[in-house]
Amino acid sequence: MDSLTKKSYELRRDIIEMIYNSKAGHVGGDLSVIDILTVLYYKVLNTSPDSRKDPDRDRFIMSKGHCTDALYAVLGDRGYFDKQEAIKTFSAFNSRFIGHPNTDVPGIEMNSGSLGHGIALGVGMALAAKLDGRSYRTYVVLGDGEMAEGSNYEAMMAASHYKLDNLCATVDLNGLQISGLTKEVLSSDDLGEKFRAFGWNVIDVQDGNSCPGLLDGYKLAAEFKGKPSVVIAHTVKGKGVSFMENKKGWHHGVLTEEQYTQAVKELEEVLL
Amino acid sequence: MNKIANRQVICDVLTEAAKKDKDILVVCSDSRGSAALTPFADQYPEQFIELGIAEQNLVTVSAGLASCGKKVFAASPASFLSTRSYEQAKVDVAYSGTNVTLIGISGGVSYGALGMTHHSCQDIASMASLPGMRVYLPSDRFQTARLIEALLKDEKPAYVRVSRSATEDVYEEHMEFTLDKANIISEGKDAVIIACGEMVPYAVEAQKKLTEKGLSVGVIDMYCIKPIDQEAIIKAAKNAKHVVTVEEHAPHGGLGSITAQIVSANCPGKVINLSLPDGHIIGGTNKEIFQYYGLDSEGIAKAIEKEME
Repeated sequence: MDSLTKKSYELRRDIIEMIYNSKAGHVGGDLSVIDILTVLYYKVLNTSPDSRKDPDRDRFIMSKGHCTDALYAVLGDRGYFDKQEAIKTFSAFNSRFIGHPNTDVPGIEMNSGSLGHGIALGVGMALAAKLDGRSYRTYVVLGDGEMAEGSNYEAMMAASHYKLDNLCATVDLNGLQISGLTKEVLSSDDLGEKFRAFGWNVIDVQDGNSCPGLLDGYKLAAEFKGKPSVVIAHTVKGKGVSFMENKKGWHHGVLTEEQYTQAVKELEEVLL
Repeated sequence: MNKIANRQVICDVLTEAAKKDKDILVVCSDSRGSAALTPFADQYPEQFIELGIAEQNLVTVSAGLASCGKKVFAASPASFLSTRSYEQAKVDVAYSGTNVTLIGISGGVSYGALGMTHHSCQDIASMASLPGMRVYLPSDRFQTARLIEALLKDEKPAYVRVSRSATEDVYEEHMEFTLDKANIISEGKDAVIIACGEMVPYAVEAQKKLTEKGLSVGVIDMYCIKPIDQEAIIKAAKNAKHVVTVEEHAPHGGLGSITAQIVSANCPGKVINLSLPDGHIIGGTNKEIFQYYGLDSEGIAKAIEKEME
């Protein structure tokens, strides 16, 4: 197993711990997006706890903010704060680790949680980089259910109008949302075609839970000039825990003791 | 008669400031003409960003720019800015505390006969209820200039509403101005009129009419709706028999509501709220609309006289 994949499974273990402790969170989406976050925070983003005020750091926006549990796991692991604090206090009274990203947590660039804001925030950040002649890049992670928000399409138009090749979106396309299959709730078939129609460079990553595959996708995005890029990552909701995979009920499900034990066992078997 | 609208003054102040500060950005949603910001766009194209008819995007992109150190002035008709992009104002500007000044142009019933889609008679209520958002309705061109100069010096979110047409001068060019302190235009023992925005010149005129009739009437220009100058309200309410608020806004959640809240908590007394109705507004020019609803000087004076009887 490569080191990135190993890391993503260690982080899955942290997520399960956080979710089990708090009886809160969005475990299904956390497990589908964690490989994307692992690749970004360990290989792609030019940012670190020491450079978090540096104007040249890369920017990251978690547009699907309800999966902040996964983001807390990665940021804590990268040393932005004590990871155990996040695991133990996530969603607890007066904790800074609330259920959506907020800037009281070191490493979080912008507040999020209401869907459909991330691309537009990214457009602002990427435009600022162009205006200032800075080389930093801006990355935004979205959910596929989130793509029903119309504000995304306003921002997609602006990004291509301004040729923001320093902007890279990722869609965590796990095919499920709270009410069921995304294609049944409100079909967003041919999401790549939609981005293409709005003037974006589209990179399809067939296994969006494969860290090496994602890394290749981000390399292509960084090399592409003249248009913003989107990585369409075909993921599995609940990936890594057999009884959660592709089950809509795990959108924000809470684990029983038995399920927790089973989930931990499965993840640790992968790590052996 | 002054012919310079407040929106033109905003353009002048920003154009002057942009000479020395490359971080000042003006962002528009196909609204540069309506906002009188075309001269800025022509002179500083590299500091002007056009986002097309997309107000939600206007506000969130502005927040993204501000998070990278830009001083952003986002201008769009008040009707759309305060409702279409309300959630963006709530999350990306107010909650995130970004350095964005939202400029609501053609506020209130500025668009006259264009009707309810284009009126913004709820923007004080909507914007003032957002934690972290400041709300300003300057009255004349001189106060507008001082306000924008002051906002250029801080880095906090704000919403500024200005009207479309030129308003009568209330002040002189080098007026005294302190951010978040109301301008006390006159003091009175019988009644005090607390007004904001375009209503202030009418309030001043009403005060003159009433003075001629032997009444002692004061006028407070409460351009700062949030944070509101509580001290000025309490002092005036204690001195005068009647408190009358005048606003180009719906009756709920605006200057009248906020004033009544302060008066009832500190020096309980009756607050009379002159405002637009809670309903469809009649078509016409803004002046005709003000007259119809008793928001011109005649209407204000009559309402106060009636109260004094």
